[in-house]
Amino acid sequence: MTQAASSAGPVRPGTPSARPDAAARAFGITPEDYMLPTRGQIQIIDEQGRVRPAAEQGTAPGHEYPLPEGPELLAAYERLVIGRRVNDQNSALVRQGRMAVYPSSHGQEACQVAAALCLREGDWLFPTYRDSVAVMTKGVDPVEAMTIFRGDWHGGYDSLQHKVGIQCTPLTTQLLHAVGVAHAAKLRGEDTVVLAMCGDGATSEGDFHEALNFAAVFQLPVVFFVQNNGYAISVPLSAQSAAPSLAHKAVGYGMAGERVDGNDLVALLAVLDRGVELARNGSGPLLVEAHTYRIQAHTNADDATRYREDAEVQAWLAKDPVIRMRTYLRDGGLLDDATEQRIAAAAEATATTLRDGMNAEAPIDPQDLFRYVYTTPTPQLVEQSARLADELSREEDTK
Amino acid sequence: MSQTATPQTATAQTTADVPVAAAAARQAGSRAGNAGIPAALTTLGPVTFAKALNTALADALEADPAVVMFGEDIGTLGGVFRITDGLTARFGRNRCFDTPLAESGIVGMAVGMAMNGMRPVIEMQFDAFAYPAFEQIASHVAKMHNRSRGRLKMPMVIRVPYAGGIGGVEHHCDSSESYYAHTPGLKVFVPATVADGYRMLREAIDSDDPVMFMEPKKLYFSKEQVDLEALRAEYEAGTSRAEGRAAVARSGTDATLIAYGPSVPVALAAAEAAAAEGRSLEVVDVRTIVPFDDETVCASVRKTGRAVVVAETPGFASVASEIAARVQERCFHSLAAPVLRVTGFDVPFPAPKLEHYFLPSVDRILDAVDDLQWED
Repeated sequence: MTQAASSAGPVRPGTPSARPDAAARAFGITPEDYMLPTRGQIQIIDEQGRVRPAAEQGTAPGHEYPLPEGPELLAAYERLVIGRRVNDQNSALVRQGRMAVYPSSHGQEACQVAAALCLREGDWLFPTYRDSVAVMTKGVDPVEAMTIFRGDWHGGYDSLQHKVGIQCTPLTTQLLHAVGVAHAAKLRGEDTVVLAMCGDGATSEGDFHEALNFAAVFQLPVVFFVQNNGYAISVPLSAQSAAPSLAHKAVGYGMAGERVDGNDLVALLAVLDRGVELARNGSGPLLVEAHTYRIQAHTNADDATRYREDAEVQAWLAKDPVIRMRTYLRDGGLLDDATEQRIAAAAEATATTLRDGMNAEAPIDPQDLFRYVYTTPTPQLVEQSARLADELSREEDTK
Repeated sequence: MSQTATPQTATAQTTADVPVAAAAARQAGSRAGNAGIPAALTTLGPVTFAKALNTALADALEADPAVVMFGEDIGTLGGVFRITDGLTARFGRNRCFDTPLAESGIVGMAVGMAMNGMRPVIEMQFDAFAYPAFEQIASHVAKMHNRSRGRLKMPMVIRVPYAGGIGGVEHHCDSSESYYAHTPGLKVFVPATVADGYRMLREAIDSDDPVMFMEPKKLYFSKEQVDLEALRAEYEAGTSRAEGRAAVARSGTDATLIAYGPSVPVALAAAEAAAAEGRSLEVVDVRTIVPFDDETVCASVRKTGRAVVVAETPGFASVASEIAARVQERCFHSLAAPVLRVTGFDVPFPAPKLEHYFLPSVDRILDAVDDLQWED
């Protein structure tokens, strides 16, 4: 994809001159064309791994997408395979008691991979608790990423180094942080793009509304990426929203919305690459809804059989994003045996790293309780820290 | 002892020039005819609390290009209390601007800006209108530094015009400081004087920790004889640090009144009235609830042997409770009487015509002082 050559510089927020019409026209489309989502989902590779004819990709004027290049697709497939391995390894580690909890994105790996790969260095990602694979795909060390679920601290990686927010549990609160990061960048005239992730249930939250509205009013370069996996723990989408689609919500804010098959990595890359490019060129925010499915329960503590039928799960297994992508790449001659072996080895190496990391006993320092509450501990915290140290030393003495 | 003395000749530093309705409401029902602040002293000096805050904001914008201000109506209008008056015109819309009307959005966006190198100073229009932002404040503003092991700092100031005494209608007069003080990771500053308004706001903006900056709105138009140039020079020289340093606002020997923000002038008026009756009260202005200055507060109580905590907030599970507990834990053997509290009642903030029954008054403070077991 082409990269923006120039930045627009500081723009007075909310003024008509900040509107994206010019940038949109540069892509040969009008705001009316691109603002409303397509009637169905954009799908480039079908469930059998075949390229759909252009007329059947679900596109419309303003919604045509070029097929990403082979090397980009192969690199994405490698991350997809690693992502699947990460999900399965982490679920196993939870069962073995090595992690407190793991919200698996099994089945949603195409979304995870595309969300990170559409960004370039310096762009920010704001993930939820289920987006560990996206976090790792953005370059975060797997063991550091899993610190939050191993339970020895809340955030294990350096957000500033990786430009990745801490995986966020309070729903959609992180979307506003994405808006703030983008706003700061825009005020300084930088061309940073921010991708903010949430799920279908989260779109009911107030911060979802406030984030989209702020991003649109200030014309900020934020791509809001909703993984619609059909359920908010147990509550189905039909009980969550009466909108024609979640992507349609964008129109009310004056931003474009797009719907895409969330198990089609090719379509995801095409749509998100375009969205990021538009945002970087000053078109303002974009809302992308990806239709996908959480194959496993919400977490290991959840029992999905209480709210969904096995037949439904089986139907989605047939749409598996990894198998589909592999078929497409193999049939197109883009993936040979040697490459597959290399990718499998890379996935296994990541799994080994995770096993070693989670099985190691990370040193825990109880004084960390007090160390980071403020940049400098208050006198009260100094006192409490001394009290805990004393208590621990007395325990040590009686051993 | 007489409880009817009204401090007509008080020499307290802070005076009030609050709206007429508020003054009338204040005076309507106190049995002494005055709920606290002597109305006669309105011409002491040229600088209002509002002007001091406005000057601090302008100086901070001048000093650091990373400082950015936003909120509801703070741009073109200058804020409903005019605290940001003129800042947009002077510094431009990239430095001080209006946002959509959504408090969680304002705070959440500030979190992201703070993550990305800015120092946001944001305004919640009124105390009770900050509640939609509580999740962002409690879950992110307060915790981000800790969650990230110090990698993500939150250098932001959330300005909250707060508390009563202005005859405001419901949802405009809450004392919300206890919610924030109860949340680890937040600092809570409550200035009570014009000079502190300037220096504490500058300090809050320069802090790398998030600060809830509680502005007693009944003091906005109080005046003090201060030299803003001198305050600026003093701040820039680093000789006026207020964080974690309570101030002895009035020296005394018989008992200590511990107060903050809107209650400080009331406590000073009470001390003046008590002096007329031959009782010497010391007044300690807490200034920053978090971090709390145990040392200064306890030194005063150890000296006087008696203490009354004065705060406008409903008393149950409040900052006033915390101060009372801390004092008795630390000063038990110096105390001649239990630490008492004069606070608002445990009721929702009252309607304008009832607020004078609720607010701590000179009389209530003097009554509490009388109850400090003076005779064996």
